[in-house]
Amino acid sequence: MAEATLPRPSAHRLRPLGRDLIGLVLIALVGLAGYVLFPDNLAFLTRVISVALLVLSLDLIVGFCGIASLGQGALYGAGAYAAGIACVHGVTEPFLLILIGAAAGAVMGLLTGTVMLRAHGLPQLVLSIAIVQLLHEAANKASSITGGSDGLSGMIPAPLFGIFEFDLWGRSAYLFGLALLIVVFAALRFITRSPFGMICRGLKEDPLRISALGIFAFPVLLKMFVISGAVAGMGGALAAIATQVVGLDSISFEISANALVMLVLGGIGHLYGALIGTVILMALEHVVAAINPFHWMTLVGAVLIAIVLFAPRGLSGTLDEAARLLTRNRWGARP
Amino acid sequence: MQTALSIAMDAFAYGMALFIICIGLSLTMGLMRVVNLAHGAFAMIGGYIASYAARDLGLGYGFGILLAMVGTVLLAIPLERLLYRRIYDRSELSQVLMTIGITFCVIGITNYFFGPTLKTIPLPPELARPIDLGFRSIAGHRLFVIASGLVVAGGLWFLIERTGFGIHLRAAVENAPMARALGVRTEIIYAASFALAIGLAAFGGVVGAEFLPIEPYYALRYMVTFLVVVSVGGAGSIPGALAACLLLGAIDVTGRYLVPDFGNFFFYLAVILVVCTFPRGLMGRAQ
Repeated sequence: MAEATLPRPSAHRLRPLGRDLIGLVLIALVGLAGYVLFPDNLAFLTRVISVALLVLSLDLIVGFCGIASLGQGALYGAGAYAAGIACVHGVTEPFLLILIGAAAGAVMGLLTGTVMLRAHGLPQLVLSIAIVQLLHEAANKASSITGGSDGLSGMIPAPLFGIFEFDLWGRSAYLFGLALLIVVFAALRFITRSPFGMICRGLKEDPLRISALGIFAFPVLLKMFVISGAVAGMGGALAAIATQVVGLDSISFEISANALVMLVLGGIGHLYGALIGTVILMALEHVVAAINPFHWMTLVGAVLIAIVLFAPRGLSGTLDEAARLLTRNRWGARP
Repeated sequence: MQTALSIAMDAFAYGMALFIICIGLSLTMGLMRVVNLAHGAFAMIGGYIASYAARDLGLGYGFGILLAMVGTVLLAIPLERLLYRRIYDRSELSQVLMTIGITFCVIGITNYFFGPTLKTIPLPPELARPIDLGFRSIAGHRLFVIASGLVVAGGLWFLIERTGFGIHLRAAVENAPMARALGVRTEIIYAASFALAIGLAAFGGVVGAEFLPIEPYYALRYMVTFLVVVSVGGAGSIPGALAACLLLGAIDVTGRYLVPDFGNFFFYLAVILVVCTFPRGLMGRAQ
């Protein structure tokens, strides 16, 4: 029992890195499998990737910092509109557009974070909703810049590396998005495991103890908001590049609530969970909502109730639990 | 002047309708510490029952209101036993998710049975025609809403501050184990206040149907509005909820009259300003 709980130095150092590599390769393989198996649905799959970036960014705030937000669409929409507006005005290089989206998202993260961190608990949730609704109305009103309720269109991104055009089938857009997702995911694994990520987790678990260590919570959480904004902004920019339209729905309460549902389904505080939840829920929506949107709502509602009752840690948390139960005998009885 | 007066009258009536619906939510959130986003769904169920009773069965408006309140509470009791009881002491996020889930289910099922059309609740002739107040005339329905709001506010204040039930409720909220040790049946108290909140929601749904029309997406469309109003007022405070409803109702109605293009812009701007200045709401209690 005692030696089972002792850390094994060599394994301890190597295992997370090895597991990360395997995880990234798995994501790439699944992504490429999607490319090969569903060549007619690449536009939809690209949308899945862009929403996955949104859900990952939400996980940074909800899962790692313990801040409930129903307004993540504000960050996503900021990235989408910034990239879209830049593209319409002649900045067409895709990598640059993604960077513009990330920058806009980060700035928006800084602003929303500053406002949201003023309150705690429920008022915080309400602030996040108010912010996204306010921006929604503003984007609707400023139709000379954003296209209003008609949406922003007419953007033509330049070919990737000057060779691969963003064609009708969305092949380059999908592969571009997949590469972006893998890079971002690797970066996030690194960030969440860094001392900074650990402090965020600590602030979620026990804020009093962390402040007793002499750490001031506000700048730490604000930093996470900025990172989250950059990730969500990249997701929005990817959607703008891939669909070449930015609509008001990208900056709405609905997309924020959907992102939270996906995150909870996959498992909060778990980066793989964010991906799993996004893929499952969007695939289900693709199939069920095509039949009848109201059946879709009933189904999502039932899934939400079931998760809260039976699997509060989401699918990935439940899988973890199962894996722990299965491997317990091999590592000795761990608490 | 004439415009200003009619805007003020509309804003006052709208704020009162909001108050009747939201005060139940404020009680569940402030006293029972449950973020019940499905509150609007219960208001919607009330509206559907009243519409069915008054329009399809031909019973009167009053009967419609009564049936709506009783029916909605009866529907809510099994939900309280099966679902809500399990999230009383869980995190806010769990409560938000579970009640959003309930809302989605209610919307889907309602649409399945009643179809996606708008439901009207026919008003009795006394309420449908304008009533002369001496200096000006006002739609009878508006007057009825305002009066109901005042009665609800006064009645609730009396119930919570002045009756034995109110004392037990406040004790159960303050310290549940101690209240239980002193012989207060907290489960019954909670169930009763939950039923009261749901009944008020149904009442508000019917009475406010002229402002917030009954349709399948009702629960989702106004969910945010109700939540925002309660949190601006400070959960659990009757004067706070009243102030928030009147303030936000006034801002919303005035904004829609004067600058209709901006939609809800001023409403949410006001919300951000208020929550930033009063993080616990206008008259919230310290947690």
